[in-house]
Order: sequence, then structure tokens, then C-alpha cells
Amino acid sequence: MVRRIVLTVLSLAAIGVLVLAVLAWRPSIAPIEVPAAANFPAPVVAKGEMLAGMGDCANCHTAKGGADYAGGLGLDSGFGVIYSTNITPDKDTGIGGWSEEAFARAMREGVARDGSQLFPAFPYTHFTQASDEDIQALYAFFMTRTPVKAEEKKNGLPFPLNVRALQAGWKLLFFDKGRFQPVAAKGDEWNRGAYLAESLGHCSACHTPLNALGAEKKASRYAGAVVDGWYAPALNAASKSPIEWTSEHLYTYLRTGASIYHGVALGSMSDVVHKGLASMPDADVRAIAVYFDQVNGTPGSDAGLDQALTPLMARGKAEVHTASEPGADLYLGACVSCHYNGGEAPHAMRPELALSSTVNGPDPTNLIRIVLHGVGSKEGLPDGYMPGYAASFSDADIATLAGYLRRTRTSEPEWKDLSSKVAAVRKQLSETP
Amino acid sequence: MTTFKLNGQPLDIDGADDTPLLWAIRDIAGLKGTKFGCGIGMCGACTVHLNGRAIRSCITPVVAAAGTEITTIEGLDPAGQHPLQQAWIETQTPQCGYCQSGQIMQAATLLKDYPSPTDADIDAVMNGNLCRCMAYVRIRKAIKLAAAASKSSVS
Repeated sequence: MVRRIVLTVLSLAAIGVLVLAVLAWRPSIAPIEVPAAANFPAPVVAKGEMLAGMGDCANCHTAKGGADYAGGLGLDSGFGVIYSTNITPDKDTGIGGWSEEAFARAMREGVARDGSQLFPAFPYTHFTQASDEDIQALYAFFMTRTPVKAEEKKNGLPFPLNVRALQAGWKLLFFDKGRFQPVAAKGDEWNRGAYLAESLGHCSACHTPLNALGAEKKASRYAGAVVDGWYAPALNAASKSPIEWTSEHLYTYLRTGASIYHGVALGSMSDVVHKGLASMPDADVRAIAVYFDQVNGTPGSDAGLDQALTPLMARGKAEVHTASEPGADLYLGACVSCHYNGGEAPHAMRPELALSSTVNGPDPTNLIRIVLHGVGSKEGLPDGYMPGYAASFSDADIATLAGYLRRTRTSEPEWKDLSSKVAAVRKQLSETP
Repeated sequence: MTTFKLNGQPLDIDGADDTPLLWAIRDIAGLKGTKFGCGIGMCGACTVHLNGRAIRSCITPVVAAAGTEITTIEGLDPAGQHPLQQAWIETQTPQCGYCQSGQIMQAATLLKDYPSPTDADIDAVMNGNLCRCMAYVRIRKAIKLAAAASKSSVS
């Protein structure tokens, strides 16, 4: 009896492996001689450059201090570290030998030139929606970069997760291959925004929580998620922003790096704004804003803006003069000289903490990071700058300050375990500055 | 190597990225008007302007200043005759004087945002600038005098 069960299990496992092997098998596409840069028309290359910026390819494919697009950046996938690859046109270590067909297959299906399965850390799950012309432009852009010799780094995934063929199973469960389908009921602008955001923009890769197998949870699209040591805020109805986002707020935020009603773009979002979207035409940035404005179904409105602003702005002013709360002394010593606003309207250079998505958000990570490391003069709103207080404040100080701001500036529940959270963020930042 | 403009002049700093901006200003550029106080951004003595706004230079690494315009008390007005400097002399605000350059640089940002500051505006924005001689009453008076002088010179 035991023997029969064992045999059945073994044969089922063998069949499973065989099925997966068949499913996973993709032909190798023959390598080509590296095409000469002159083969690619300049306008197509320029378009590719803009799209590569919008897709923020450099964010993952350029290591800190490394050559552009030469890969080697370690990404914490949650299962082990995965290193980004070299996408410069080096024949041996990059994609120099990749034909356009091989490049397009990688983008649309997540399969490398040699036929091996790519991990979904590379968001082919989104790029599959891109148009032929856009993939062609990206290919032209990458094949005309300076080739860099940079060997692939060995991923830190444990067995069996490192078996690429198993990705075929993952794809069966979670991958919907196919081009972007416009929604006829929506206008051209909305459809353009949806296309950019859902395909090359891959916005939901950060802003949607992942399931246990690392796939975006379809039922929680744009519900916000912690990624790469930052909290990527919710863009759907779960948004905790006390002021309603409108397409105009979104446009200003995506174009300038800040909205006076919500806060500044930081971390990789700052790169998205200042490097990625910077070369995109206004019309495209507006289209993305229109798309996200309607992500809940209805566009946001400024109708109740003034009524909402008055009590929120009063919170900051009241606290300056009734500084009895624990943490108020820290705020008055370090923060108030810049964050105080004596006027009636929000002031771009005096960010209103009661309006901040960071202070109102469900996760304190971003606020802790900002207090520790500040906001660089090229991050967020250009010209604005905040120093970091990592050497000034202890973990307990920052926990007290964050708790104070949460209590006095928002109506949200208290953050739990702030002290240990601060210690964890400080440790993480000291390991990967 | 970090490059920024100090009082309008380009300055190259050939040191570690995390060198405090205050060190670069005092020890490399040799401008001693900006003072070291607490070293943790809690007293305001080291206040300078980055792109025209008050910041604490003791906790600002030079790399954060790359490509920006830094202004110190020496560069606030070419002749040392900024309305705040005139008002400081007029009211004989300083006692020992150590914190005063930081006070003036912070007050310059205050007046930029609030040309006619209320007592509440002054108390809040100047709150991070400590004065151990307790010259606060005269500091407030000098800020109001400078605000009035700036307005009459504009009108």
C-alpha cells in the first residue's frame, strides 16, 4: 500500500516536472552581429530614450555608481536577491547579440534570447502591453548605447526558486499576455494615460501589494505597498490623503515633484518625476494624471478644498503655541522654523505636515526615512532641501516625534511599534545608503 | 569633488561627500562669519542659505549642496547693509554676538515669506535659533524694524 502511494506520488511529480519542462521550453533565438548604431534613425532612438526614461529602466538596470544600463543592482525580491542584467549592447555580457525579435520576446513574454525564463522582477507582466512601435524605439535606444562589459551577477535565490523553468508555472497562474486594449467608453486622453501607466510605466509594480508568490494582487490594485524600503502610497480609494487628489494636483506633482496639498516625491518616485517623466511632453503627463484621477471611477474635485484646508492648517499653527505634547519640544527645536506657515494657503517651501501623505499614510517608513536622511536639493521639489537628523536624534527621539506628528496633525490611528521600526529603518539605511 | 557657488563664486570641495557644509565654509573657504554651535541642527548658529532659504549647515553634507547656491552672512549684502544688518546695528541687538549671523540669515528667510511678520510668525520661524544672551526681545524688535524699513524703501 505504502509502496503504491509512494509510486503514485513519484510518478505524478515526474509528470508535473515533464509538463513544466514542456511548458517552459522556448527556442533560443540565434545571436546576431551587433548592429551598427547608424542603422537606427535618430528620431526613433530619441523616442526610445524618452520611453526608457518613463519606464525608469535605469532605476533597476544601473547599479549605484555603475555605468548606465550595465546592470548589477541587487533587488530584494522577498525570496532572495536578484541582480539586474546588463542591457547595454555588449556582445558577450549584454544584449549586443539580441535581435529585435529576441528583445520583443523578452519584453512581451519574459523569455531571454537563449530561451530561458526571466523572473518577474523584470516587469514583462506590464511591458507585454506595449505597442510594437514603442518596443522598436526602446530597442533602437538600447542598441545605440555605449557597450559595457559587465558580467551577470549570480542571483541569491535558494533552490528550487532559482530553477528558471518553474517560472512557466508562475506564468500560468499570474501572467496575462497581450497588448493594451483601449476602453471605448473612455476618451483618448484617459486611454493614453492608461496605456503609459499600465505598460512601460508599470506604476502598479510598486503601488500594488504582492501576493505570497510575488504577483500583484489583482483585487488590491493600487492599494499601496512597501517596496525597496519605501511605502508606495495607495492610489485608489484606500489613499489616506486628507485632501482629495484631482487631475490638476496629480499633474503638478508628476511635473514638478510636489503638490502643496499632498507632499513631495521621494525615493524612486523622485527619479520617476525628475529623470523619467522630465522629457515626456505635457500631454502625456496630463494623460497619466487623468488616468489616475479616475482610478476610483470618478474624477476628484476641488469643490470642498477650502473647507477641508482650514481646519487642517489650523492644526500646525495651534501646536506652535500649546507645546505640551511629548515630542513638541523636538518639533519646535528642529522642524518649526521651516514647516511653520503663518499664511492662509499652503506654502510650497513650508510643507504643511497635516496635509502630508507621509504623515497621514498607514506606514511610518517614509516619515522615518525623511527625518533620518532629509530631502536632497534635487529630490522632491527642486530648490527645496531638508537636512537629515540621523546624527541628531536617537531612535526614541524620532519615534516620539513621529508619534507626536501623527497624533496632532492627523485623524489617523497611532502607528504601532515606532521605536523598533525606527531602529530597523536606520539599520537598513546604514547598510545600503 | 563637490562644486557649488558660495556667495556667487564657484567653489570646489575636494573632500569626503559627508564633510559638513559648515566645515567647507569656515575651514576651506575661510569665511568665519558662520558659527559652530551644537553640531546637530538644534541651535541655528550655523544657518546659511541654500538656494535662497535658511538651512543648518552643520548637518548638511557638502554633497547635498552640489550644484546649489550657498549664501553666508558675508554674502547676504555686498556692502553689509541688508535691512536686517542695519536694524541689528540700530537696535544694538547683539550682546556677545555669537549666534547673530545665524539669527540674521534665518530672519532673512522669515521676511522673504512674511514681509510684515506677526509676533507669532517671528516666534515660530526664529524658534530654532537660540541666543544664550537672551537677546530675543531685541531680535524681535530688529526684525520688525527691518520689515518696516524694507517696506518703506519699496514704496
